[in-house]
Amino acid sequence: MANPRTNFIARLDWLTIILFLAMVLFGWMNIFAATQNEGTTGSIFDFTQRYSKQFYYILTALAIAVLTLAIDGKVWSFFSFPIYGLMLLILPITILIGKEVNGARAWIFIGSFSLQPAEFVKFATALALAKVLSRYNFQIHKVKNLIIAGALLVIPIILILLQKDTGTALVFLVFVLVLYREGLSWVVLFVAGLAILLFVLTMLVPLPVLLPVLSVIALMITWLYQRNLKFFYAGTLMLGALFGLAILASRYLGQEWSVARLFFIASVIAFMIWLMIILRKKHNPLLLILFTWMGAIIFIFSVDFVFHEILQAHQQSRINNILGLESDPLGAGYNLNQSKIAIGSGGFLGKGFLQGTQTRFKFVPEQSTDFIFCTVGEEWGFIGSLLILSMFSGLIIRLIALAERQRSTFSRVYGYGVASILFFHFAINIGMTIGIVPVIGIPLPFFSYGGSSLWAFTLMLFIFLRLDTDRYQIVS
Amino acid sequence: MQNPNSNRKYVIGGIVLVVAVLFMLRLFYIQVIDKSYQLSSNNNSRLRVVEYPDRGMIFDRYGKVMVYNEAVYDLLMLPQQVKAFDTLELCRILSVDLAEFRESVKKAREYSRYRQSAVVRQISPEQIASLNEKLFKYPGFSIQIRTQRKYPQPIAPHVLGYVGEVNQGDINSDVYYQSGDYIGISGLEEEYEPYLRGRKGIRFMLVDVHNRLQGNFENGQYDTIPEPGRKLTTSLDAGLQEYGEKLLAHKRGSIVAIEPATGEILAMISSPAYDPNELVGRIRGKNFEKLMNDSLNPLFNRATMSRYSPGSIFKAVQALVALQLGVIDEFYSVDCNKSIIGCHNHPNAHGLREGIRYSCNPYFYNVFRRIILQGKSTSQFQDSQIGLKSWYQMVYSFGLGQVLPSDLPGIKPGLVPDVAYYDKWYGANRWAFSTIYSNSIGQGEVETVPIQIANLAAIIANRGFYYVPHFVKAIEGIDTIPQKFREPVHTAIDPKYFEIISDGMQGVVYEPGGTGSRAQVPGVTVCGKTGTVQNSGGKKDHSGFVAFAPKERPRIAIVAYVENSGAGGVYAATIASLMIEKYLNGTITQTEKERIILEYQQF
Ligand SMILES: [Zn+2]
Repeated sequence: MANPRTNFIARLDWLTIILFLAMVLFGWMNIFAATQNEGTTGSIFDFTQRYSKQFYYILTALAIAVLTLAIDGKVWSFFSFPIYGLMLLILPITILIGKEVNGARAWIFIGSFSLQPAEFVKFATALALAKVLSRYNFQIHKVKNLIIAGALLVIPIILILLQKDTGTALVFLVFVLVLYREGLSWVVLFVAGLAILLFVLTMLVPLPVLLPVLSVIALMITWLYQRNLKFFYAGTLMLGALFGLAILASRYLGQEWSVARLFFIASVIAFMIWLMIILRKKHNPLLLILFTWMGAIIFIFSVDFVFHEILQAHQQSRINNILGLESDPLGAGYNLNQSKIAIGSGGFLGKGFLQGTQTRFKFVPEQSTDFIFCTVGEEWGFIGSLLILSMFSGLIIRLIALAERQRSTFSRVYGYGVASILFFHFAINIGMTIGIVPVIGIPLPFFSYGGSSLWAFTLMLFIFLRLDTDRYQIVS
Repeated sequence: MQNPNSNRKYVIGGIVLVVAVLFMLRLFYIQVIDKSYQLSSNNNSRLRVVEYPDRGMIFDRYGKVMVYNEAVYDLLMLPQQVKAFDTLELCRILSVDLAEFRESVKKAREYSRYRQSAVVRQISPEQIASLNEKLFKYPGFSIQIRTQRKYPQPIAPHVLGYVGEVNQGDINSDVYYQSGDYIGISGLEEEYEPYLRGRKGIRFMLVDVHNRLQGNFENGQYDTIPEPGRKLTTSLDAGLQEYGEKLLAHKRGSIVAIEPATGEILAMISSPAYDPNELVGRIRGKNFEKLMNDSLNPLFNRATMSRYSPGSIFKAVQALVALQLGVIDEFYSVDCNKSIIGCHNHPNAHGLREGIRYSCNPYFYNVFRRIILQGKSTSQFQDSQIGLKSWYQMVYSFGLGQVLPSDLPGIKPGLVPDVAYYDKWYGANRWAFSTIYSNSIGQGEVETVPIQIANLAAIIANRGFYYVPHFVKAIEGIDTIPQKFREPVHTAIDPKYFEIISDGMQGVVYEPGGTGSRAQVPGVTVCGKTGTVQNSGGKKDHSGFVAFAPKERPRIAIVAYVENSGAGGVYAATIASLMIEKYLNGTITQTEKERIILEYQQF
């Protein structure tokens, strides 16, 4: 085996490259299955079919990969801000000259050829963030630094939101993971995660269900922590009794309060009683649970209040759209339902290549792009699903490992950026097709049909692979 | 260490793995454990294309078509492909009600956006022609051909019955039926439904999301070819049926004619009737309601459902029972003593033949008395019970007091009272001959329906036995008609006694003092018996007449009733005469009789 210190080929991470090639090839097979009976049957090379177009996109992507590996890695660090700036400049231009597709002004058309610039903003932002965080003596908790890092993320989010491409804009939130790796307090990650979770739950689950369930979960955590059911029983009884009292009180006052409001009142009183008990007994960890619980309930209540009482109907509708609650024009959950039917009907071994009826007969909308995983699920079954899950989690974890072995902070941060973006796309896209994440239209990397996304992901990945080959160089 | 936060890679990697495992569990659940998605997928992509067979045609005994099929068209809608269209114009072309149309469009949308539903059913060929020119203006709409019943002559509606859409009960009780299928709802259509319907063909096609056909499922190996319904040849004589309906037009009444040698029903007329073409297609619902609310009750089949006292016709049965029991003989004579029971003026009856000819009430009062009070017990009550018991068994053997197991649904049993009946009514040992004597002249508790009386005529014509009256003559592809129609049913009466009754019935028609001389037919010996059904409440009597002809080797047994038209010897006997002449001679020479009948109108 050639010495990686002297041999460029040996320095390349071939595991990542093999995973990349396998994903692109498997992706193309599924695009072929999903689009092979669209209109006239032509050859693979005639550029009229989606699968033939994708074939050319893949060839182009391979060229991009080779070219990227050939370019000196220092270029990316050196030009990271100009690249970031250029990309940000293209976004408003897209809004001005782009054509509207599916309600979003995210596409530039050059003849019959179309490009989605926002796809390329992701790697540019990863580069810029890496550049900022790799500055000498960078300390993340300095307010100035936080503002700079935050601005790097917020600017593209706003510009992409202006294109009405909500899905792509949300991707940039995933950089919180990168910041966390570079020292951002875990509290931020925890609170941010909890807030997102609670916000989504508030939109999806009725409050009279959500609030009690959340309280029971909190009580169960105390039980697990204390290994004693005393608090669990006492808490449940107290909450129940206070809820009953609140009902009586509202009757007495002649008020028609909603169940959620009654529960909220009971919770606040319970919170104060428990606070006194816990402070007296000095159960500090319980204090954390108590405050988290109270905070969550207040947060949910405020979100609900703001959403229903303050926001206008069209603003509510916009949020529902983002959450996939109003997104499908065909009626109640049609896309999601058909998607689940396609995947669920695949069974253990799948229906076989080109044998998926849901796929071939177009029951799933967007099945070559955002819903390409349906084709995998239907034709390749649970085995195929498992293969995809393994390939993605394998690739992401491999990238984390590669990032960790970098001596240069720039390369490490960029590597985490790539891993995080792939993770976000993977989690949201597949989660959406199996109904555990709201329908947010973002592609499955290397699988979904489309040149822009394939090229952008390829470029992003191979920049990191090239940076990785420079890992033995002395950090300047 | 250069990287103070290096351990955080485990947190981030952990998040990735947790998500992957979560997805794996979820995918395992929906792909391997939950089988419902498989079913949904099949429902999505497999289209059951039902091919409806032609319903079996129905013929009369000479092979004349009575019911055939005519192509009609359904308008199908595929909601997903429908664009805004001119609803008013479409409704105008098809002459459907706007609100009704909107309702079915709504239902179709609720059923499925991706499946076709029929929104307008049974459109006539003329309307389809004008729609076809404009169909391009209605994307998402298409036309499907089906067939519906058509009747070349508007006759025998009560016998033929009608066809309609299946209800939920039909679907639940027979897996063959699916929503939107048709089924025979009454009459022969109902009785012979399994033969007439044929078998639906089912093709499984693969369809895409736009319901466009994508080829056969598994090369059609699960497909079935539709099997056309079988032809049903009935015993009806369409000519006779039509003539009978003409005679009874504008009167309430019924006629049943049977071929005694086979039990085949030659004609069954119930008036008022309706045109069977009215209960076909889209107009069926509206017309059905109209007929239901008609005070003349045209849907009611009087021939099988009207319960009348048999009247004097029953005297023939009393005589036969008495002869068989040996309580009288053919020479039994009784003076017409009107103080016992009312009678009309006539010479005293010498012998049974004259008793029947004069239809003498005191005569049959005494005959029934001898049947009931046979002197087997010293107690009047006990003796009556013994007598009624033997009487009941014999009367029952005439097919009375029971549902004749014919092939027309809904025949009523009538009533022949037995010991238990009177015990329940009056209490045990609380009744005797004096309580029940009015049955002697057919005016008591005994009730019969016309088809039973026609069968009684057939029994006398056959001299003691009958075949269960029926309509089926042949079913295509089946060698014989059901066993129950091929075996004679013998009465409890010795055949030799029937000769006496036939003689008496001949006397009714031909001898002086006979009550049925209007039943005569040129060139044929007719045996007949009048039956006047008294009505309470001051209403005019029902006129009834039973007959068979010719006397030797009878070819037709018939009963005719005309409600509220007076004595049986007038209208009913005349109608019987015309029907017999029509059937036996093929032409009507008694034009004066025909004119009288046709001119008599009750409504
Ligand atoms: Zn008399």
